[in-house]
This record gives sequence, C-alpha cells and structure tokens, in this order.
Amino acid sequence: MATTVGVIFSSINEQDIPELTKMRSTGSVPYGGRYRLVDFALSNMVNSGITTVGMVTKNNYQSLMDHLGTGKYWDLARKEGGLILLPPYSGESETLYKNRLEALKGATAFLKKAKEDFVVLADSDAVYKLDYSKVIDAHIKNNADITMVYHEHELTKSHYYMTFETDKNDKITDIQINPTPGGIKKNYINVMVARRSFLLRLVQDGIQHGYTSFGKDILSPGVKTYNLYAYKFDGYYANINSLNAYFNANMDLLKKDVRQEIYGERDIYTKVNDSAPAKFAPSAIVKNSLISDGCLIEGTVENCVLFRGVKIGKGSVVKNCILMTDNIVGENCNLAYVVSDKNAVIRDNRVLAGCEIQPYFINKGSLI
Amino acid sequence: MLRKKECVAMLLAGGQGSRLYALTSNIAKPAVSFGSKYRIIDFPLSNCINSGIDTVGVLTQYQPLVLNEYVGNGQPWDLDRTFGGVHILSPYEAKTDTSWYKGTANAIYQNIRFMKMYDPEYVLILSGDHIYKMDYDKMLSAHKAAGADCTIACMQVPMKEASRFGILNTNPDGTIYEFEEKPKQPKSDLASMGIYVFTASKLFKYLEEDDKDPNSEKDFGKNILPKMLAAGEKMYSYRFEGYWKDVGTISSLWEANMDLLGVTPNFELADKDRVIHSRSPLAPPAYVEGEVINSIVATGGEIEGKVVNSVVGTNCTIEKGAEVVDCVLMGNITVKAGAKLNYAIIDEDVVIGENAVIGAEKAEAEKVESKTSGITVLGRGITVSKNGKVPAGEIVDKNV
Repeated sequence: MATTVGVIFSSINEQDIPELTKMRSTGSVPYGGRYRLVDFALSNMVNSGITTVGMVTKNNYQSLMDHLGTGKYWDLARKEGGLILLPPYSGESETLYKNRLEALKGATAFLKKAKEDFVVLADSDAVYKLDYSKVIDAHIKNNADITMVYHEHELTKSHYYMTFETDKNDKITDIQINPTPGGIKKNYINVMVARRSFLLRLVQDGIQHGYTSFGKDILSPGVKTYNLYAYKFDGYYANINSLNAYFNANMDLLKKDVRQEIYGERDIYTKVNDSAPAKFAPSAIVKNSLISDGCLIEGTVENCVLFRGVKIGKGSVVKNCILMTDNIVGENCNLAYVVSDKNAVIRDNRVLAGCEIQPYFINKGSLI
Repeated sequence: MLRKKECVAMLLAGGQGSRLYALTSNIAKPAVSFGSKYRIIDFPLSNCINSGIDTVGVLTQYQPLVLNEYVGNGQPWDLDRTFGGVHILSPYEAKTDTSWYKGTANAIYQNIRFMKMYDPEYVLILSGDHIYKMDYDKMLSAHKAAGADCTIACMQVPMKEASRFGILNTNPDGTIYEFEEKPKQPKSDLASMGIYVFTASKLFKYLEEDDKDPNSEKDFGKNILPKMLAAGEKMYSYRFEGYWKDVGTISSLWEANMDLLGVTPNFELADKDRVIHSRSPLAPPAYVEGEVINSIVATGGEIEGKVVNSVVGTNCTIEKGAEVVDCVLMGNITVKAGAKLNYAIIDEDVVIGENAVIGAEKAEAEKVESKTSGITVLGRGITVSKNGKVPAGEIVDKNV
C-alpha cells in the first residue's frame, strides 16, 4: 500500500455553528452520545491504515486536546509518527491563519518532515465513514495530481462551498466557488488526496504569489493546468454546518441503516471514559433513543440522543432532544426539540420547547 | 537512584472457580463478566489505584488467556507505569524446579523476587473474586498505627453462615487471638475477607520457613496465619463496613448483579469519587426502542424487546417480542424475536434462537432442585436453536 500521512483541520468552518463552537473547536463538538466530530475523520484515517496524522488547530483548542490526549485511543500514541498537534503558526504575520492556505503553510514543517508519499487532507465538521485508501488507489490509477472527494446532494447553503463538474472519467472540468444553492450538485466534502511533494510545491507557490484562498486561487484555476480528479463518495454524509444540521445528524442515528453504516464493521474510535452502565429505573419509559453510559432514566424519553451521565427525573417527559454529557433534568419537566450543551441543569417543572427546524438551544453549564 | 515502593499488592487470580461451572470452563474466575461492562478483577484493581497503590502483581494460573489479554499493560486502571504498574505473574520453570502454584502462600512465595524488586515496607494480599469498594490505604494506616505484623480485613457475617469463612476471634483492642478456617462451631461472626496487609520482612520470613515445611499445605489461612499467631506476632483485625460479596457461586454472582439495580442500589457503580475502572469497550450508546424497566444496559446494545430486572452487557441485541426477566446477560449476546429468558445467567457470545425458552419464572424456578438454586446457566459461545428449550436450573455448555 502507498504510504500516507493525514492532515485534519480541526477548526475550519466553526462560524457555521457558533452556538457549539463558542468554547471549542469544530472537531471537539460532541456528537452521537459519546463522540466528538473529529473522531470521524481521525478514525477514518486510522481505519485506512494511516498512522501519522497532523492535527491543525486554531483557537480554543483546549477541549480538543483534552479529548485527543496522546492519541492512544486511536492507537496513535507512537514512537514513530502518531498523532501530532499542530498549534497555530505565527511567523512574520501577527494574526492567526485566516484560510486553508495559511493553515497549510503552518503545517509545512510537519509535511516536510514526513516520509510518506501521499497526503490526505480532511475537515472535522462532518459525520461519514470513508476508507481513504480507496481514494488513494483511484488517485494512483488516474495518475492525478489532486483527487477531491465529493458527495451528491442538494446544496442548501452557498457559503464556503465548492462544487464541481466532471467528465466521464471523473476528471474535474470546472470548479465553482460559493455556488448558488439549489439542485443536486457534486459537492466537494473537503477531503483531498495529493502526493506530498506536489502539495508542498502548491503551498509554497501559493504563498509566494500572495494567494489567499486554496480553492479560489489554486484549485479553481488549476483545472486547466493540473490533473484534478473527482472521487465519488456515496455513503451517509452529514455536514454539520448549522444547529439544524447538527440536530438532524444526531437524529439520523436513530435510523437503523445509518447506525449500522456509521457504527458497523470498523470502529469509530473515541476517548474512553469509565462511566457505569446506563440505568433504567422501574418508572422508565424509553422509545427510539440512544442512551449512553452513566445515564439514569426515571422519566419518559422518546426520539432522543442522551450523552453520558444524563439524568432524567421522575415524571419528566423528554422528546426529540439532544442532551449532552451530564445534563440533569429534574422532575416533572417537559422538553421537546431541545439541544442542550454539556453540564446544564434543568430544574423541576420546567417546560422548554423548540421545533424541528429551530431547536431550543441551552448553553453549556446553564441553570434553567 | 534508589527506588522503592512503600506497598506492593499481590492479587491472587489463579483460582478455577469450579462452583461457577460453565462460566469458568475456559476463563479464570477474576475474568468473569460482572455488572454488564466489568470483569470481577476490575474491582480489586480499581481499589488499588483508588487507594494510591500503583504496583500490583496479578498471579494467574488457571486458563489465563482472557485474563492476561484483559489486564494487558494495565492502562485502563492507570497502572501502566515505568516503575511499578501491573504485572502478570504466571508460574515459571526454574533451574532446579518446575512448579505450578501449590497454594496461596506458595504462589506468593514463588514471586518473592518480584516483591523484593520494589523493596516494599508492606505487602497487600488480595483475592480476585470479590465485589467491593475499599480504601486499602485506610487499612494500611491502621496497620502502621498499630505497629502490626499482619492485619486481616474482616466483616460481620450472619452467624449461621460463619462456618463458610475463615473466622477471626479477636480481643476488644482488635488483636487476633485465634484464627479458624471454616470452623464447624464458629465462636465469632467476624469473617476474614481474604485481604491481608503484611509487614514485608515478616511475610518473607514466614513464606521462606513455610516453603521448607513438608507438612504445610502452603495456604495463608491454614498455615501462614496460624504459624504467625503461634509465634506471637502482632496480628490485628481491620473492620470493613460496606458492601462486599464473594461471587464464587452461581447464586451469589446472580445476587451481586441484582444488587446493582434500582435508583439507590445496594452497590453503587456510578461513584464519582471511587470510579470503577475497566477496559471500557468502544461501542456506541445503546439504542433502546422496547421496554426496559429496572435494569442496567451497557453500550452497543440494540434493545427492541422487553427487559425487566436484568443486567445487560456490552453489544447485546434483544429483538422485538423477546423477553428477558431477572437475567444477567454478559456481553455480545443475541436474543432473537419471541425468545423468553427467565432467571438465567447467560455467558458471552451466546445466540438464542427465535421463540426459544430459557429457564422458568423466578418463583417457579426457585423450587427446582439444582446446583444453581434454580438459575439457568448458558456457557460461553453456545447457540440455542429456534424453539429450543432449556429447563430451569440447568447448566448448558453445548449448543441446544
């Protein structure tokens, strides 16, 4: 197999979900009961045989570091390679990186030191399971300079997106930046494969020319000069680009087929925590929900994702909610369409309701 | 640099646990699943780390594969250390002698060099088949304060059960004047918990002497403790109050699992001050669609059937229409649609076919004459075919 090094952007697109990224990186947004978003890209890398991963961070990455630690839960605590945090790079410029090109510039030392032939770049704002080694195989077969992974779905939001058109051999013929929403498009999912030496050259060249955008200044014009190829990913893909998308992506886990695809076969690795098993009291009524370790259910729970250590008091009815780690719901509460960040306490008899397209959001550690 | 450890723990984990029948056919008793996501050995190991003891020898002998794999480098208990940490100690071949561990004392004696490597002041002897949370440091402090040579942890048991245990007869100041191993006519209700703190030099001395004694059974309870007592060493009892259960039999294992249920259980697993560490599996949260009442469920479950008063382990699937009542399901078990399970302990990796009937309702099953007081036991890895039947109180280790 071709040797490959991975780079994950842990902070990109955090402006899309300000509620959840106020205190943390996109990659450390909790998801699915016990995971963080970064677990998906990182586990995909590990499951693709990649053992050296650079994690590009920006700001507020304490919770990300706390989650990743030495990388041992991903089998990435290694003497050779393993998980390497790439803290923000500030050299001549006084500000933090503003775009992917500058972020990549900060990763050049890491990429130069690596010995692997290929690089996989991935973001950490999406839930999907993809074997990157298949993308690399296609990349080699096509003799491509860059292979970009896409997913076909209707584009609902234009900002920060890239779509493209391809010929019948998957060669990219046109790239649109920030296209108009609507219609089924080939949406770039920010997963890219390139030869390490080629990527380094592109980055160096881009910086020297004063380019600011990897997409607009390098990839889009590159259609004519480079061999850019597309790789179609047709599995489950959820881009967490709004609170609503976050809500839906969690709720998708209640569907058996999604659950089997995401959790079946190869593991999604995450930080392990020794919580006790979930406890269901004699008064518990639970329907169509994900219940994590450490939960104590005394009330009614329906269509919910409960993270670790959530307590639901007697007589409370909780429907269509996402309650993150250590939320405590008192007695006789009524909650519907609530997304509650970690450690919130909801006192007895509270009634809180959002709706499907606009869930009611509770900040981390709130007392309600 | 001279380095030493004040206290080294030695965990006796070699026992077969024959009274657990099919559950220990292929694995040592300390590796038996407990409380849906734990194994029995998690409790003494967690107690060690929670008591500040970071050097533990685990003595294995009987069927050690699962146990060795589970303990590994000790990382789940924070026992992966550059100096100290957890070490698996199996019997070995020496130049003059090859020997299995011949008794609890002999097992410790054979690893005297391991203990001496850390130059300890004290040695803590533990057994690997009890469910409890205990601060060994408090016991160690009591040992030091009393200037004892040996301190034995004990707890009160009902007088009628006292003859099953090693019984301590003590003076009001806590010193022991007599130790009786399973006495027919017990004089006291203070049972030894099989937890000993020794001053290391004394322990080494008595182990070495005992090894030379051809009449000795090489057992702590039968030989070492009585010899020390006879020689006038300072032997103290240490009273433990709290939950402690020997899970050496099918019915006690079932009861200990049931003690975890309820909002205020007899034994609390969710204790933030004294976390029970384990090699927590990497499974997603449990999906629950059915009826789950008064039960605990570990991660990875797909529960669409009915679960009442039960302990459900990691990665269990309970299909629609299936019923699990008063059961202990260890892990990786599939209960197919329409199957009925009552008053049973099901070991790991078992598949129960559609409409199979396992055991009988508790009230009925308890009347059945059996080695297990009516509890039905299915051994590791078996398959019960569609419409298969296992009567109450049976122990099954082959496909049905």
